[in-house]
Amino acid sequence: MRGDLPRLRHLPNREGGENLRRDVLTGTYFSLGDVACAEGALAAGCRFFAGYPITPATEIAEHMSRRLPEVGGVYLQMEDELASMAAVIGASYAGVKSMTATSGPGFSLMQENIGLAAMTETPCVVVDVMRAGPSTGQPTKTSQQDVMQAKWGSHGDYEVIALSPSSVQEMFDLTVEAFNLSEVYRCPVFVMTDEIVGHLMERLAIPKPEENRLVDRKKPTIPPSQYLPFRADEDLVPEMAIFGEGYRFYATGLTHDETGHPQTDSPEEHARLVQRLCDKIRKNANRIAKVEGVFLDDADVCIVGYGSVARSALSAVVEGREKGIKIGLLRLVTLWPFPDQVVEEVAAQVDKILVPEMNYGQMVREVERCAGRRKVESLPKLGDALHTPQEILAHALS
Amino acid sequence: MSAVQHPLEHYTRSGMIPHIWCNGCGDGVILGEFLRALDELKYDINRLVVVSGIGCIGRISGYTNTDSFHTTHGRALAFAVGVKAVRPELKPVVISGDGDLFAIGGNHFIHAARRNIDVTVICSNNFNYGMTGGQSGPTTPIDAYTTTTRYGNIEHPFNLAHLAAASGAVYVARWTSIHVKRMRESIKKAINKKGFSFVEVITTCPEEYGRRNKLADPIEGMKWLREVSVVRSFIDPIEAVVQPDKIVVGEFVDTEKPEYSDLLLESTRKVQANLEKEGKLTNVAL
Repeated sequence: MRGDLPRLRHLPNREGGENLRRDVLTGTYFSLGDVACAEGALAAGCRFFAGYPITPATEIAEHMSRRLPEVGGVYLQMEDELASMAAVIGASYAGVKSMTATSGPGFSLMQENIGLAAMTETPCVVVDVMRAGPSTGQPTKTSQQDVMQAKWGSHGDYEVIALSPSSVQEMFDLTVEAFNLSEVYRCPVFVMTDEIVGHLMERLAIPKPEENRLVDRKKPTIPPSQYLPFRADEDLVPEMAIFGEGYRFYATGLTHDETGHPQTDSPEEHARLVQRLCDKIRKNANRIAKVEGVFLDDADVCIVGYGSVARSALSAVVEGREKGIKIGLLRLVTLWPFPDQVVEEVAAQVDKILVPEMNYGQMVREVERCAGRRKVESLPKLGDALHTPQEILAHALS
Repeated sequence: MSAVQHPLEHYTRSGMIPHIWCNGCGDGVILGEFLRALDELKYDINRLVVVSGIGCIGRISGYTNTDSFHTTHGRALAFAVGVKAVRPELKPVVISGDGDLFAIGGNHFIHAARRNIDVTVICSNNFNYGMTGGQSGPTTPIDAYTTTTRYGNIEHPFNLAHLAAASGAVYVARWTSIHVKRMRESIKKAINKKGFSFVEVITTCPEEYGRRNKLADPIEGMKWLREVSVVRSFIDPIEAVVQPDKIVVGEFVDTEKPEYSDLLLESTRKVQANLEKEGKLTNVAL
């Protein structure tokens, strides 16, 4: 597999090249998933990382600590994940694209300020390289047990975006996409990967800087005297001033009106704010949610998978097709917002849906919700082993 | 006739006034002296970011006409560290309570002080959780009555000035809400100090702490502060006690130490200079 590809860690010097920049290491490499994620963040313009060491996400922090100073960015090792998430929000309000990376136990601690990021509409990216829980669980073992936590982890009603990479290449691509989405919708965006993808070594192609589509948050177009920090445009997203530009605005985790002032008694203001925070994602769900379909046109059985499990499911589908079985794969690239419409359409065409997951059955509930009366079967897997293609195929046919 | 304006009006977000604080509360005194300090320093308020946590004094970030952020409970300092790390030209000032900064946020306090990051912390210490109705906290004196220490507090309180000094703060002072001028001078020094600076202000809380500890009358509360306060600047902070019968006030630390955002910039520049020297300024070996 590796061939002659250089490892990203030991990239040879490339002197005098044209358009070669330190932030986008254009080229083809043999890379670790976690490292590809860090390089994706840098290519997306991330210049601040605050984190706390945790297996199996530590390589992201280590790589960022080495690379951020090279591009003029800041790596901060905080005292815990509560602080990491708070610092990420601070840096984002100071105008810098910011991220953190963690695993389940740290993700739990971050939920407090993920709620603050949702409430104060802070663009930021959180990577969760999932390991086996609950609690300390099995730190070095893989899982997909935090996918519901990504949606429901902090208290109150809010919406987030969560992406699920299946390969090292996608660790790069979807991290870039995560930054873009967070800037457009002003909300926390999660890269929900798992230990297998995080610790996978495979081919990574980093595009030229000009081929990376990058998006920045909307800046205020009006003078400070007229600026209302939480007045949303038609797209339900407010323009975002940053600290130090003279806008002198106030942001709070309390329910607030367009001016940013607390509204702790008004039921109307609370409903208006919470509905907008949810609707800016819900109303764009079809635009945000991405899936990949394989052999779905004539499929009788559909496997719905995501992350590393989708790779095994793809092998199962290929194996099934070789045997003449009408089986297809729907891979969820976006977990949240859940691609309701696509799943509804696929469910209407097939006899059965199988949902293999490295948890005790989480996203299968969403599939059931969208599948109407179609038969939906969960194929849970706990412990450090990916479903084998044969296992998936056998259950698909049973 | 034009309306008479308070001379500090332009430093406040007038739409947020009146404030929520009780009559006789020391938090308003802190707000007033903070604004007077800015005024006397002629500080460029566009450079200032006021950050607060949760609690009565947590509302202060809404009242100052600066860039300001009201964080979750205890996380104001961690937020401020993120701001300062990426925008060294800005000055975050964290104004919060004793429970917010030293119970739920205690870990962030000691680590921000350890890093010596250029943030000023002003702590309103009223010995209890006022906003939630007067529960005991990390600064409640021994034997004091609160809604969760009905039989008298049995926990040893923190000495905040000592904690700040031991954690690495380069400027530490303690005053009470009756020491208005000295408090203002210390706030001015703290804001101008490069590094982690800490000003503790012992505040009256007539409605919650006060009424359960024979200090319900605001005037009596202030008289008590005057009676028990003794100025002992630059004594060892461990001896700067806060007890119902003796509150040692003064400046306790004023020293110099390399500051975090400076060190960060210096370190980054060194990394980049080495890359340039090695001809790797464009694409670079990892």
